[in-house]
Amino acid sequence: MSAFVREMRGAYAFVERNVNLIKRYWGWELVWLIYSLTNALAITYIGNGMSAISGQEIDTQYVVTYLLVGALIWQYLSVIFYAISEMIAWERWEGTIEYTFMAPVSRPTHLVGTTLFAIGYGIVRTLVILGIVVAFFHLNLGGANIVGTILMLLAGSVSFVGLGILAAVLPLLYPERGAQMTNAVAAILLLISGVYYPVETLPPWLQTVASASPATYVIKGMRACLLEGRATLELLPTAFTLIGIGIAVITVGLIIFRYVERYAKRSGRLKRSG
Amino acid sequence: MSSYALDIEGVRKVFVRKERTARRGLRRSRKREEVVALKEIDLKVPRGEVFGVLGPNGSGKSTLIRLVSTLLLPDSGSLRVFGHDVEHDAFAVKRMINRVSVDAAFFKKFSPIENLMYAARLYGLDAGEARTRMRAIMKRLGLKEETFNNPMEHMSRGMQQKVAVARGFLTSPILLLLDEPTTGLDPHSKRDVQAFVREIRETHDATVLLTTHDMDEADRLCDRIAIIDDGGIVALDTPAGLKALVPSQNGEHSTMEDVFLALTGRTFAEAETKEVET
Repeated sequence: MSAFVREMRGAYAFVERNVNLIKRYWGWELVWLIYSLTNALAITYIGNGMSAISGQEIDTQYVVTYLLVGALIWQYLSVIFYAISEMIAWERWEGTIEYTFMAPVSRPTHLVGTTLFAIGYGIVRTLVILGIVVAFFHLNLGGANIVGTILMLLAGSVSFVGLGILAAVLPLLYPERGAQMTNAVAAILLLISGVYYPVETLPPWLQTVASASPATYVIKGMRACLLEGRATLELLPTAFTLIGIGIAVITVGLIIFRYVERYAKRSGRLKRSG
Repeated sequence: MSSYALDIEGVRKVFVRKERTARRGLRRSRKREEVVALKEIDLKVPRGEVFGVLGPNGSGKSTLIRLVSTLLLPDSGSLRVFGHDVEHDAFAVKRMINRVSVDAAFFKKFSPIENLMYAARLYGLDAGEARTRMRAIMKRLGLKEETFNNPMEHMSRGMQQKVAVARGFLTSPILLLLDEPTTGLDPHSKRDVQAFVREIRETHDATVLLTTHDMDEADRLCDRIAIIDDGGIVALDTPAGLKALVPSQNGEHSTMEDVFLALTGRTFAEAETKEVET
């Protein structure tokens, strides 16, 4: 059997395992879907109510679409981020971390399997939410550049895979609190990346921090595609920047992960469950 | 390939515990305590042997197994599995071993089939072959077919441990690590697991490293036994050789319990009480 086939079987183990986890925890999955959906609706209704709040005539349609794009893209990116950052946390919760780390599967293979699942799951989940949300609001995406949207989505996924790997280190280092720490990372990204408001509204020092967040470029690029119908060619520099950031973050993430895994084996931290 | 399934030289492992001390004003310091889990262990296990490591709770048995499993790194010394260094050639070692631990670690909401399929894929096995094989092993261990697709959380501890044994053997390891596989099992399940280990010994070219604190189990299953206490090996011989160290009393044969008492000055129960207190 070739090494490639063996590695692909290893990667598929993580896809199948995560699909099984969704099936077995379907109740939890439903609760989270309702939470995400109502969250997206609540945020979008802020746009719907802007005229009433400010007492001024506002292009509500544009604001609603602006907020909804942010909500949906964040929904997708955060699913990628959490699916990867929780690859260790799940093993801690279930107590299987030692078994998985003892198996002859390389960490990149572990990551490939988790990423394939995360992207598939993220797309399905976001489409379900989009399908329900469009029933509440009239969206005009007639001039949207769909090809560019898909390009930005895929380019953004790469960088969020890298961020997920970096965050996955936390449950490895801190068995009890690591998973909660990843929430703080996600919250900071949400604050600085211009998900619901232009980055320019932030204080100058936070704008500088925002320029280091890949989500800033993804969301800006997606809005350019969906709201302004920006041509794909014009988006290529942003897409290449995102892929570049993604490759850099994945490389750094894997190096740090390898170092931390070794530290965990040295200090006995694989044994404890969170 | 090395004639030794396991070759351990001068392995030492120390864990550091950090404990918070009482608060003084606004300051709270941390006390750093070193716990020696294994002290300079030397061990050679030839291929095909069932080798027992017998000791009370906290004596270093599980640390030894986890070192061989590549889950821990030694502070000093070396461990080789069929000539492959556990630290520097971990991937090759992982392909040769599997482990059954005292706590059957599974995705509890998954069925035995789902858990075993996950294991099979991790080890690169063909799904069809693995499915046939896992069913045969589970049946051999006395698990009923109708339980194969039920969630593990609905199974008794004994049944879960049998699935763990099936998982350990599914990948045909040439070094099988059994870390107290029968601890906490009811007598019937214990007998089933022990019979399966004996069968492995007779029918497969596998080496077994078995840790236990069950004296009778070590006596019945193992070719040789190392008695471990406070992280060090205090004796190593065949079961008969170990018993011969202690003269029989009142015409009765000495037991492993007598051997442990003679070597450490403590009964097994006293040793375990001490470990709990520390």
